[in-house]
Amino acid sequence: MISQTFKITNPSGFHVRPTKTFVQAANQYPCKITVINKGKKVNGKSSLSMLTLGIAAQEEVTLEIEGEREDEAMQELGKLFTEVHE
Amino acid sequence: MRQTFKGIGASPGLAIAPAFIWKTEEAYIPQESRVEDREAEASRFQAAVDQARVDLEAIRKSTEEKLGADKAEIFEGHLLILEDPDLIDAILENVRETGINAEFALHETSQSFIRMLEEMDDELLRERAVDIKDVSGRIMRHLRGVAGSDLSAMPDECVLVAEDLTPSDTAQLDLNKVRGFITEVGSRTSHSAIMARSLDVPAIVGAGVGLRSIQPGTLVVMDATEGVLLAEPAAEELTAYREKKTAYDRRKAELALWKDKETLSSDGRHVELAANIGKLEDVQKALDNGAEAIGLFRTEFLYMGRTELPTEEEQYNSYKFVLEKMDGKPVVIRTLDIGGDKELPYLNLPKESNPFLGQRALRLCLERPDLFRTQLRALLRASRYGNLKIMFPMIAIVEEFLEAKRILEEEKRKLLAEGVEVAEGIEVGMMIEVPAAAVSADLFAKEVDFFSIGTNDLIQYTMAADRMNETVAYLYQPCHPSVLRLIRMVIEAANREGKWVGMCGEMAGDQTAIPILLGLGLHEFSMSAGSILPARELIGRLSHEEWRGFSREAMSLTRQDAIQQYVREHTLGGQPA
Repeated sequence: MISQTFKITNPSGFHVRPTKTFVQAANQYPCKITVINKGKKVNGKSSLSMLTLGIAAQEEVTLEIEGEREDEAMQELGKLFTEVHE
Repeated sequence: MRQTFKGIGASPGLAIAPAFIWKTEEAYIPQESRVEDREAEASRFQAAVDQARVDLEAIRKSTEEKLGADKAEIFEGHLLILEDPDLIDAILENVRETGINAEFALHETSQSFIRMLEEMDDELLRERAVDIKDVSGRIMRHLRGVAGSDLSAMPDECVLVAEDLTPSDTAQLDLNKVRGFITEVGSRTSHSAIMARSLDVPAIVGAGVGLRSIQPGTLVVMDATEGVLLAEPAAEELTAYREKKTAYDRRKAELALWKDKETLSSDGRHVELAANIGKLEDVQKALDNGAEAIGLFRTEFLYMGRTELPTEEEQYNSYKFVLEKMDGKPVVIRTLDIGGDKELPYLNLPKESNPFLGQRALRLCLERPDLFRTQLRALLRASRYGNLKIMFPMIAIVEEFLEAKRILEEEKRKLLAEGVEVAEGIEVGMMIEVPAAAVSADLFAKEVDFFSIGTNDLIQYTMAADRMNETVAYLYQPCHPSVLRLIRMVIEAANREGKWVGMCGEMAGDQTAIPILLGLGLHEFSMSAGSILPARELIGRLSHEEWRGFSREAMSLTRQDAIQQYVREHTLGGQPA
């Protein structure tokens, strides 16, 4: 398993649109993807669970990935946390 | 009985029609039971999900055709819910493992998500609970075989009165019949409100449970711009609203004609109409209102409402977003304009006794090159994604501009040395907000690529009057000869050096000031998005010769009221602007 922490730079946090993009990308990978924020762990392939984290701007998010192509997934998904969305 | 209801105007406009009361299906609460054949129950649930998907695909497609891909995105989000493993797979697993009935399993799991979202601090996230209600309600109806809400009883013309409208309800409204809608719940940012604005249907949301007392078929008058609905209006009220509606509709149709046109005088001379923006989401509104450019992007939002400075990366992403969205149209980005009355607690700035005359905006940036350089690097890096122009605020003397530009050039050289691409020939300009800068505009004009006159501050500094102070607010006079003379000096100085001049204060959108400013030779007008179409129409009604007449006359008068009166008489037939 690999793990890395990112800071949300989108000024309005990590909301509906970024979550959708994230979950769609996460589903392209065969590995187990876990997102951790404020001590709460959820399935990174579920947009509903991701939304219940209510990730705000400037918060830190840890991504845990386990399985096939985990490095590749970490790189692509991690980048989505630091992009700006509408 | 005459009744008045007040809510939030979510989409402007007026409607006069009989009320159609739409009872949202009572939330169905299933009973818990056990099934014999667990696999069959799981298949029954899966079939309901598949049918819901067929519905939503159709709604998504028709929304895309009617309103564009942007608005259809809501339903892509709904389709994603149908694939959510923590909802759908969890229910299937629950049915298979415990033999519980699908209705109950769906109710339990969707309710737990709805509750979690409804408890969030963030309003936008709270509203996403509606999406889950919308989607799970749809699956539930298919499970029970009662699919579809019945809107067939709707009369040919009506104002829809409902407890709430889901996004899919709103997307399916028959606009040949529905003249407007009002709901008990909702806010300006709920999906139904956003959809109403793009469908161009007058809408009031959040009007409260009092709406339940409206009788079906009662004549109602709704003024969604004001957020007011009258049931059984008095005869004179009805007449007044009918007149108001006719005038409103006529004006709206006239303005719509100007949306995709270039801004030209009646004899074909072009000026640029741009929008002022302060947040990323304002860009779309600017484009929707026919903006030809962004004349002022205030970057303060990046710095406010937080606990530390924004990073270079975060700023870069925001600037890139705006530049890309404007797709090659000019975007003037103003460097940080903070200090004085706009505080950033994390900078620990000393309290000043005269904040407006203190260390604000560029003065602060020159004092704190660390934060200034970060912003400049982010701007330069984003520059290759569009047509960026950089503007420095609050400059009084030429040395300040030269110093700011020197730092900019230094950061540019550093980036190029790091192998980072930067656009060629980025225009660098300044705001004219301080009388000293206006009076010596000829000196500045040799150094800058453009000026943008910031009238809000320029007027206050010229008159030495704070417009927020009621006792001296009368001195805030955009069309006073002193202000007009300063503006003329700036435009003439720029013209002599072949530089362009814009204006990004409120005066740029003021119907009584525009004709004078045109005559003085202003090249670009930047205003709030909603003022663009009325300004374009006004400009198009006048010839270039008439512009000159307005400025000549205005410059010969001594009082603001006389100047404004003259403009009104000659552009609007004497009516107040």
